[in-house]
Amino acid sequence: MSLLEIIGAEKRFGGLRAVDGVSFSLGRGEIAGLLGPNGSGKTTLINLVSGALPLSAGEIRLGGRRISGLGRDRIARAGVARTFQLVRILPSLSLRENVMVPAVFGRKAHWGRAAERVADAALELAGLSARAALRASELTYIDQKRLELARALAAEPELLLLDEWLAGLNPTELAEGVALIRRLQGEGLAILMVEHILDAVRALCPRVVVMNSGRLIADEATEAALSDPKVIAAYLGEEADA
Amino acid sequence: MIRLLLPLAALVLLAVLPALVSEYGLGLLIGAATYVTLASAWALFSGQTHYVSLATVAFYGTGAYAVAVLNEALPYPAVLLCAALAGAAMALAVGLSTLRLSGVYFVIFSFGLAELVRQLITWYEVNVTGTLGRYIFLDVTARGIYWQMLALGAATIALSAWIGRGRLGMALRVIGDDEEVAAHSGINLARSKLAAFVLSAVILTLAGAITSPRYVYVEPSIVFNPTVSFLTVIMALLGGANRLWGPALGAVPLFLAFEWLSAHFPDTYPVLLGLLFIGVVFLVPQGILPAAEKLLRRRAEA
Repeated sequence: MSLLEIIGAEKRFGGLRAVDGVSFSLGRGEIAGLLGPNGSGKTTLINLVSGALPLSAGEIRLGGRRISGLGRDRIARAGVARTFQLVRILPSLSLRENVMVPAVFGRKAHWGRAAERVADAALELAGLSARAALRASELTYIDQKRLELARALAAEPELLLLDEWLAGLNPTELAEGVALIRRLQGEGLAILMVEHILDAVRALCPRVVVMNSGRLIADEATEAALSDPKVIAAYLGEEADA
Repeated sequence: MIRLLLPLAALVLLAVLPALVSEYGLGLLIGAATYVTLASAWALFSGQTHYVSLATVAFYGTGAYAVAVLNEALPYPAVLLCAALAGAAMALAVGLSTLRLSGVYFVIFSFGLAELVRQLITWYEVNVTGTLGRYIFLDVTARGIYWQMLALGAATIALSAWIGRGRLGMALRVIGDDEEVAAHSGINLARSKLAAFVLSAVILTLAGAITSPRYVYVEPSIVFNPTVSFLTVIMALLGGANRLWGPALGAVPLFLAFEWLSAHFPDTYPVLLGLLFIGVVFLVPQGILPAAEKLLRRRAEA
C-alpha cells in the first residue's frame, strides 16, 4: 500500500488554480522529485500535504488515513515533516532545543532523556553535534539548512517533504547534502523533494513528478521525464512549444 | 538546591519586612509586590509568546470590581474564587476569539478590550444598578494584603518556573520564535496559547481582587486605568520579559521611581513617565537580564 496518496488535489486562490486536480502516490521508503518551472504549484502542493494550506477539493491520505482537513500540528504528529523554501529555524533557541521540539511534540512525543537521545541522534546525522549548545541564530546559512533537516528528522517522520533544501549550497556542500538525503532514504524514510538542481535529482530520485501551471504533466522515471517533450516545453516556456 | 533555597530565604525575609517599616513603607511594599506579580503574570504569556497584551488592566480591574460587587454578599475566600473564575471565563472567551490575531492586531485588540470592559461596566452600573461607585468594606489589614500579594507573586514565579521546564513552556518559547515551525513540529498553537493566556489572566484578576480593599472606593475609571497595563509591560520589558526573574527585576525599581516621580513632580509626572518608556526601549530593548547575560558571555569569551 502507498504511504502518501494525493487524490485529485485542488487549490484555488480566487480565480487562480495553483494546484489543479493533481493525483499521485508515494510508497513507503520511496524517494521522488517534484519538478516544474517557477509558479507551477510545487510549493503549494507541499503546503497542502503538510496542512499549511487547506485543500479546495480532493483528498490526501497518509498510510490509508485521511490527513487533509487536519491541522498542521496533527499532520506533523501523523508522521509528516517538512523543511521550508526559505529556511526557518528557531533563532533564540540552542541547536539542541531546536531539534528537541519535534522530538517532544512529534509523532512519538518523547520527554526528558528519550527526547534528548532523539535530538542528539538527529544533530549527529546532520553533522551538528559539536555545536549543540550554540544559539541557532549564530549559524551560517548552510548550517541553518542542516539544522532544519535535523529538526525534521527528530520528528521521526514517515514522510519528509523537502522544499528546495539543496538550493544555495556550494558544490562541496551539495555533495554532502546529496549523501545525507540518500542516507535518510536508505533508512526507510519516504521523501518527496522539490528541487531545481537536476544533477541532484538524477543522483537521488529514480522517479519524478512534474507539474506545470498547477497540473501534473509527467509522473515517470527521471531520465524519461527529463527528455519528455512536454516537460522540456514546460521548462522552456509556452513559446518553445509552438 | 541553592536555586530553591535562595528564593525561599528571600521570601521569608520579605514576609517579616512589614514589622520593620512604617505605614508608608508598607504601602510601598504592597505596590511593589503588586507590580512584581502583574509583570510576572503578564510575562507568563506575553514574554514567551511575544504576543504583547495591553489587556492587563481588563483583568486587574475585573478582579477589583468583583470584590466591590461581592464583598458584602460572600465570605472573602469565595469572593476571590469568583474573581478568579470571572477572569478565567473572560480570558477563555477573549482567547478563543483573538489568539489567531497576530502582531499589532493583537496589541490593539487587547487595548480595546480593557476599554470595552470599562465601558460595559459603566453602562451596566448607570443603567441597571444605578450606582456608579462602590465601597469596599473588608476586614483586611494592609499587612494582610501585603502577605496575600507576596504569596500570589511567589506562586506566579514558581508557576512560571514549573511551566518553563515542561512541555507548555517549550511550546510557548517555540511559538514566540516562529509559529509556523511550531505548528509543523506538532505543537497545538491554540491550546498552548490559550492555556498560558488563561493562567496569566487568572493571576492578573486575583492581583486586582487582593489589592482592591486599598482603593476603598471603586469605580470603573479608577480600577480600569490603562496606565496599569502600560506600566506592567514596560516593567517586564526592562527586566527581561522572557526570563524568570526579569519582570520582578524590572518592576521594583520602576515602581519606586514612579512613586518618587509622582510625589515630587505631580504635574510633569506623565511626561517623565513617557521619557522613561522611550529610554528603556532605546537603551535596553531586550531587558536588563538578557543584556547582562550577553555581557558576561562576552567577558568569558574575551
